[in-house]
Formats: sequence, C-alpha cells, structure tokens
Amino acid sequence: MTASPTTSKNVKTVSGITVRLAGDSGDGMQLLGTQLTNTSALAGNDVATFPDFPAEIRAPRGTRAGVSGFQVQFASEEIFTPGDQLDALVVMNPAAMVTNLGDLRKGGILIANVDGFVEKEFKLAKLEANPLDASVIEETYRVFKVPMTKLTRTAVAEHGLSQKVGDRCKNFFAMGLVYWLFGRSLDTTLRFIEDKFGRKPEIAAANIAALRAGWAYGETTEAFGESFQVEAATLSPGTYRNMMGNQALAWGLITASELCGKDLFYGTYPITPASDILHELAKFKNFGVRTFQAEDEIAAMCATIGAAFGGTMAVTASSGPGIALKAEGMGLGMILELPMIVINVQRGGPSTGLPTKTEQSDLLQCMYGRNGESPLPILAPRSPGDCFDIAVEAWRLATECMCPVMILSDGYLANGSEPWRIPDIASLPKIDIKHPEGADGDEPFLPYARDEHLARPWAIPGTPELMHRVGGLEKQEGTGNVSYDPANHQHMTDTRAAKVNQIAQRIPDQDILGETSGDVLVVSWGGTYGACHTAVNKCRQAGHSVSHMHLRYIHPMPKNVGELLKAFKTVIVPELNMGQLRMLLRSTYLVDCIGVNKVQGKPFHISELVNAIESHVSVPSKSTGNSKSTGNSKPNGKANVQSRAS
Amino acid sequence: MNLPVLKAADFASDQDVRWCPGCGDYSILAQMKKVLPDLGVPREKIVFISGIGCSSRFPYYMNTYGMHSIHGRAPTFATGLKSTRPDLMVWVITGDGDALSIGGNHFIHALRRNIDVNIVLFNNRIYGLTKGQYSPTSTEGQVTKSTPMGSIDHPINPLSLALAAEATFVARSIDAHVKHLGNMLQRASEHKGTSLVEVYQNCNVFNDGAMAYAQERKQRAENVVELEHGKPLIFGEKSDKGVRLVGSRLEVVNLADVPVDDLLIHDEKEPNPAIQMMMARMRYPEMPEPIGVLRAVEGVATYNDQINDQVEQAKIKKGPGSLQELFTTGDTWEVA
Ligand code: SF4
Repeated sequence: MTASPTTSKNVKTVSGITVRLAGDSGDGMQLLGTQLTNTSALAGNDVATFPDFPAEIRAPRGTRAGVSGFQVQFASEEIFTPGDQLDALVVMNPAAMVTNLGDLRKGGILIANVDGFVEKEFKLAKLEANPLDASVIEETYRVFKVPMTKLTRTAVAEHGLSQKVGDRCKNFFAMGLVYWLFGRSLDTTLRFIEDKFGRKPEIAAANIAALRAGWAYGETTEAFGESFQVEAATLSPGTYRNMMGNQALAWGLITASELCGKDLFYGTYPITPASDILHELAKFKNFGVRTFQAEDEIAAMCATIGAAFGGTMAVTASSGPGIALKAEGMGLGMILELPMIVINVQRGGPSTGLPTKTEQSDLLQCMYGRNGESPLPILAPRSPGDCFDIAVEAWRLATECMCPVMILSDGYLANGSEPWRIPDIASLPKIDIKHPEGADGDEPFLPYARDEHLARPWAIPGTPELMHRVGGLEKQEGTGNVSYDPANHQHMTDTRAAKVNQIAQRIPDQDILGETSGDVLVVSWGGTYGACHTAVNKCRQAGHSVSHMHLRYIHPMPKNVGELLKAFKTVIVPELNMGQLRMLLRSTYLVDCIGVNKVQGKPFHISELVNAIESHVSVPSKSTGNSKSTGNSKPNGKANVQSRAS
Repeated sequence: MNLPVLKAADFASDQDVRWCPGCGDYSILAQMKKVLPDLGVPREKIVFISGIGCSSRFPYYMNTYGMHSIHGRAPTFATGLKSTRPDLMVWVITGDGDALSIGGNHFIHALRRNIDVNIVLFNNRIYGLTKGQYSPTSTEGQVTKSTPMGSIDHPINPLSLALAAEATFVARSIDAHVKHLGNMLQRASEHKGTSLVEVYQNCNVFNDGAMAYAQERKQRAENVVELEHGKPLIFGEKSDKGVRLVGSRLEVVNLADVPVDDLLIHDEKEPNPAIQMMMARMRYPEMPEPIGVLRAVEGVATYNDQINDQVEQAKIKKGPGSLQELFTTGDTWEVA
C-alpha cells in the first residue's frame, strides 16, 4: 500500500458539503457512505450521516423500491444534521437518479454511472427514456456522465476476476472519484480494504485498483476542472471517533455496567432498527455481557425481569411493534419495582409500518401503553453520540428509583453517526448500588419499605433471611404481601407515581438556546434536535425572537419547563408524529402549542422548520417572505403545520 | 459449611393457603415442602416462579424467594434468572392453561434450551381460576362453561410436546400418589437441565374426578403403569398385565399368555425419544397411562452453563473488558 495521492488541479475551499450516494441495494452504497464518513471524520470535519435503505433485503434490482442511499454532510463548522439540500449526488442507475434528484440543489453536481443507464434499466425504473437526456438536467445541474462499469473493468482486468466479480468493484471506483472531488485521503479506505479482503488478495488488489482508478479519473479527465476541500472543524479539544446511535447505546450500557460493577444481561428479539444493539453487545462478552436472543418479544422482556430480580443489570430493546408485545411485562416490572432499561428504537408505524424509516410516533405508547396506572420514566437521546450518555443516565435513574426506565431512540439516531468525543473514563461518576445483606436484628424484612427516593430495597435471591415473594398482584406497602385493601391500592398507585415524578427534583433544570422569554419557543425531543437547533439558529441570525428548548427527559420533564413555556407568546412543537409531545405539553401545562408534524419516514428539513417558525414571528424575515402555516395536511411532501384551531 | 437442619415447616411462608378445600394443589405443596429439606439447598438459594392460575399461587406459600409473574411466561423469567444466577435452584410452577395454551411457546423453548430449571406442571384439565372453562388438555367432547355442546378441540399431551422439544427430563406423577410424587420432585431437582414433571391434579370444584382412573387408589393399578428404568412395563391389580412392542406400536398383553421377557424394558436414558414418545402416547382407557420418569438423559449441555462459559472464554481470549481499550480501538483522531 502506497500513500494517498494529492491533486495538481485547482482546489476550492468550502465550509461544508452535503453529498448523497444512491444506487441499487446491491451496489454497496452503505459501504461507500460509511467510508466517506470515516475518512471525513478523520480529516477533522464535523460529520452527520443519514443512511436510507429499503426494508426488503433483496428488493427487486433496478426498481425505485430497491434504491439504497447514504447521505453525509461534512463541514468545517459545527453541524447538527446530515443537511437538507444536496451539493452533490452520485447515482449508479436511473432509479436512483429519479428518486433522489429532487433533493439536489440547483447548480449542484450530478455524477452518473452511464453504464447503468441502459434500456433495460429504464424499464425497471418505469421510465420511458433516458432521464439524463432531458435538456433540463444539463441546464439545472453540473452533470458528469462517467462510464464507471467499463472503466472499472479496465482497471481490474489484470487481477483475473470473472466479469461479475470484477464489476462489483465499481463502488470503489465511484468512491475514488468522490474522494478526488472532495480532496479526501484514500488511506482509511485502503486500510479497510486490506482488513476486509485480506484473505482474498486478488479481490483486495482489484478493489484498490478500482479505487485508485476512480481517483485518477477525476485527476486526469478534462471534465472535472476543480475539486473541493473542507477544512477541519473546530470541535472542542479531545480524542474523537465516529459513532452511530445504536453503537453508542450499546457502549453506554457496557459503560454503565462497569460503573456499577454489575454484569449486563441483554434479552431481546431481532427487530429493525434495534437489532444492531444486540450485534454490538454480543461482541463484548469479555465485559461480562450475556446476550439472550429470546423466542419472542415477550420472552425477551420477561427474561430481563428475571435477570433484574437476580440482581443483574438487565436491559431489553425493541421497536414499536415489539414494545406493544412487551407492555404487560413492563407493567409487571413497574409493580415489582425492579430496575431495568427498556429501549424503543422507533420506526414508522402503525403495525409493521415502515421498518427502515424513522418516526417519533411511539411517545404516547411509552407514556401510556400499559394497563392500569403505570408511569415509567422516559429519556430520549438527541443525537447519535448522546445515546451513550442517555444509556448511562437511564441505568442511574433505574437503580435510584427501583423502576424500569425507558429510552426512546429512533431509526434516524440509530443508523446516523457523528463525531463522538471519547470521555475521560475516570471522570465518569460511579453508579452506587446497595443490596441489603441480611435481616436487621429481629425485625421482619420489609421488601416494600421505602428510602428517600421512595425506592424499595433490592434484596436479591441468595441473601439469607430476606426471602420474600413478589408478583403482579397489588402489594401491601411494607410487607409486599398480596393486598386487596382499597386504601392501600390508592396509596401504592400514588407512591409509584410520586416516585417517578420526584425525579424532576433531581435532574438538571431545562436549558434553552436563546432568551428565556420572547415571541417563539420551539420545543423538540429526540432525533429532531439537529434540525430544530439549526433552524432556530438561522431564525435568530435573521433577527427573530426565537428560542429553542430540547427535551431529553420526557417523563418527568425538568421542573422549570412549565414556567419556560409560559414565557413565550407562541410555542411551536415540531415532531415526526401527529402531535404527541404537543398533547403532553398542553395537558400537563395548559399552554397552547402549535404542532409542525410530519410522518413521511424522513427527518425534518431545516428549511421547512424555518418556514414554520417564520410564519409565527412578529418581525418579518429579511431572507424569505413566502412562508405560511396552514391547518391541514398537504400532499406536497411538506410538513403539516397544526394550527391552534386543530 | 454446616447447614442447619430444616424441616418441611421451615419452608412454609406466613401466608394463608387459599386453594379450595380438597384441591389437589395441597398435596403437591406438602410434597414439595417435604422434599426440599433433603436437597441440602438453603432456602435463600431457592426461587419459585409461577405464571397465573390456581397453581401459580404456589410461590406465596413457600418461605423461599419467589415471583408470581405473568400468565404463561414463568419459564422466561426463570431463563433470565438462571442464566445470570446459575447458583440458584429455580422451580417453575405452572398449569395446563398457563404452560400449554398462553405460554406454549415459552414452554417449548425452555425445554429445547435445556436451561437447568425444574418445571412442575399441575394438569387438572380445566381453567380453575377463571371458573371452569375448558383447557388445552380437556378431553374432546368435554362439557364446560365455555363448551356447552362439548369441546371440539383435540387435547394436547404435555409429555409428547416435551419429548418433541427434546426435553432431557420428562416425568409424570399424581397428586394423590404422594410417595411417588415426592420421588419425582426429588428426581427432577437432581437432573441437570430442564426437568418437566406433569402432575395429574384434581380440581374438585370444576373438574372433579376427571382423572379418577389414575388418582383413586383402587382404579390406579389397572389404569396406570409405573415406569422404572431397566424394568419391564408391568401393571394391574395382580401385576398380571404388561406392555410389549410389536413392530412400531405398543400393545397390552396378559402375562398368562406372554412371557415377561417379551415385555418392553423401560430405558429412561435412551437419547432417541422414539419409544418414550410411544409410551407418552399411551392413553386411558385403551392403554394404561405411564407415570414415573419417562426420560432422563444426562450430559446434555445446559443453556446456563453455556452462556456463562462463553463469557469466561471471551475473558480468557480477549482479556477482561477495558473501556479505555474499547473506546480507543479503531479510527480515532485528536482535536487540539
Ligand atoms: S378451582 Fe380447582 S384448581 Fe383451583 S383451587 Fe379450586 S379446586 Fe383447586
């Protein structure tokens, strides 16, 4: 392996680039995207990614349904989203072009593998003619038609692969060209190829040849006049690595288990988009991690409770449909008052819904989706890296309150990535857990006695003299015996709720971006943080009185939330659901809120949020004057603004 | 360590037992309390986990650790507990509705994983707690509150199901046959791997006498064959009948006509469950029903051993986990 080459052509420095790589599911676009991300992160850019793939493992080749895409933004300034509009789009076939072109900005770069633009492919994509031939394309975008398949064949010819195998190298050709265009080093990917294909040297050599050929094509072809470069971003000092949301959850769980000195039990059933947490944890058995792939979601939930009863750090995870199945078990976990974590990596619903697409529509399910009065604490990470902190915090709260704690992540966070500053391990606070060790003199043991947090003792089997029975029937306060006493049921219901509500007194006050009073407050939660934060910042730069409150503690909310909400003339709540947090805020704080709601399987565009905010500020914007909010859903792909009257 | 000598009464909790007077559950509870002191396991190391149903009140009456869980799910709690706390002795108490209807899936999977817990299935062929609907083991044509014209379901046979799941320990006993019952509980506790003991239990309120042919001492000899490893299958008031294998089926023979040497010799240790399955399928009134240990195959790896072995192996191979190493392995970069 020799060093990465450098260009001799003109280089233009820009502050950030948003690029999307799109092709057939089998074209290796996710791999290409991940490599570009890692390379950009190593170059010191801030990065944010958004993979978008079909639910079918082998969707019909060449069709629009089979298109797989990976979007990445890399920038020299701090960024919070993978970007709205694309600066560059790479397409491997006609279906990829027509399904993605709408997001490419005017004047943006379109690179097409023209070898994929043939009659047969037009039919598969349900097109009458070659979409590249439309005159509007050349007029609107900077189009580069590259015969990638042919050039790849030439490049790999000497390695003696069959044509079929050789053609698979074309994603590395595309990668090489993209790297040239954006001044990226080939080093990370060269290392990756050697690691991954080390056992098949001829394939490794062919992929390297294709990668270098792609780079050389950019460097030598007249068509490409200049390339771009993005300087390193000024992130706060430290050591960084690229981190995906599900990976961060897994690492956070492992870290929490180390911080409390307990082994981790992870009981789960495979489901998109949560399964990667299982895959990640299964690698780390040397940390004392026991993963249990159960026969179904219910078994996963209940095995988790069984492990918690035994004194282990116990966690389960799923997505909406699986959480529905776990509901009865979560209710039991709540009344047993045992600590555990239940993770919901949300996806588009209802029912099977849109498994690979993101949505935030399980909030009320997690708040209320159990029989009886069964409140649970709920936390929601705001970015891929934040999944780490939330996992640790969830276990801290669970053990402090002796209660299952829910984490609400989503598909966007799970598969998205960002640079993550590696924490100083020594500075992470330990999680102190005490198990009673035996009877207190002649006093009978009271499994449902309570401490200052209203938590009961976590007495575990194996401890002499503390034998006790727990169960789903209502308990007598103190003894934990079965009780049908009316006053006791009221008391226990109140106590379990108070225990959760008291968390609000111990967590930090809600912080806010901007002033603590004014015209508009944007309230968001979960994975929409980046889009909302960026949109609010844009509006503030335009001189509007707009602030942003992003909730990580969903239940209970920090104690100052009500007061903050009341300090603004208008409260706007953007959500990737039809108004679930809005309903909670209105009912809890009696504050009117305006929803900006969208369920299209896609994250918010910053621009649609800016428009929604601007329609509610008193000073008209200098930059745009065409934004309006309306009451009803529109079929045009824009977010639906729910007015006060709705 | 010198263990204090415990008596049956030491295993009684302070809770009043609330089954109907005359219920077969009392006998099973009594036998359990009698057997446990002999096992040499301290009370705090024993956990009873149940689902929902009359039988599932059982843990409340034992002075051990216990959990009265969710309908049908007891094996899953036991799996999570035993996987993480292999030092505990875990019992699952369940019924025919609990284990075979709502919890059928978990029952199968606990058995095939061979997790080292003991499942005691109280089979009364009825739903007692919900007041008398037919259960998955009710007989065809049985008239109950929910089947006024007779049940049209074909009943499930828990022993056949367990054998199909390759369970390593499968036994059956009878509430009224107390000595035998105690024996089976003892055998189940000694087996390494999942043990299933089906107990014919009389629900004297909603299905009284449904299994009288096996429960009543007088009828039992003619209708039940007590299995013993290495012994021929002989039954009858006068021990005058036997069971022999003819081709691929079992038949009842009169010992006056057939020599004992021709009878089927019971082999509980045979890994191939084919003949055990044929015996499980012997049903009253055509055949005597087998009680005793149908199958006890030792040496099969348990789930709890393996899940913990993998952790140990990983620690040996990779060294104990280090967060520092985890965080810094792979591509990282410095920002000054
Ligand atoms: S209903 Fe039947 S099984 Fe239930 S306690 Fe009464 S007699 Fe026993």
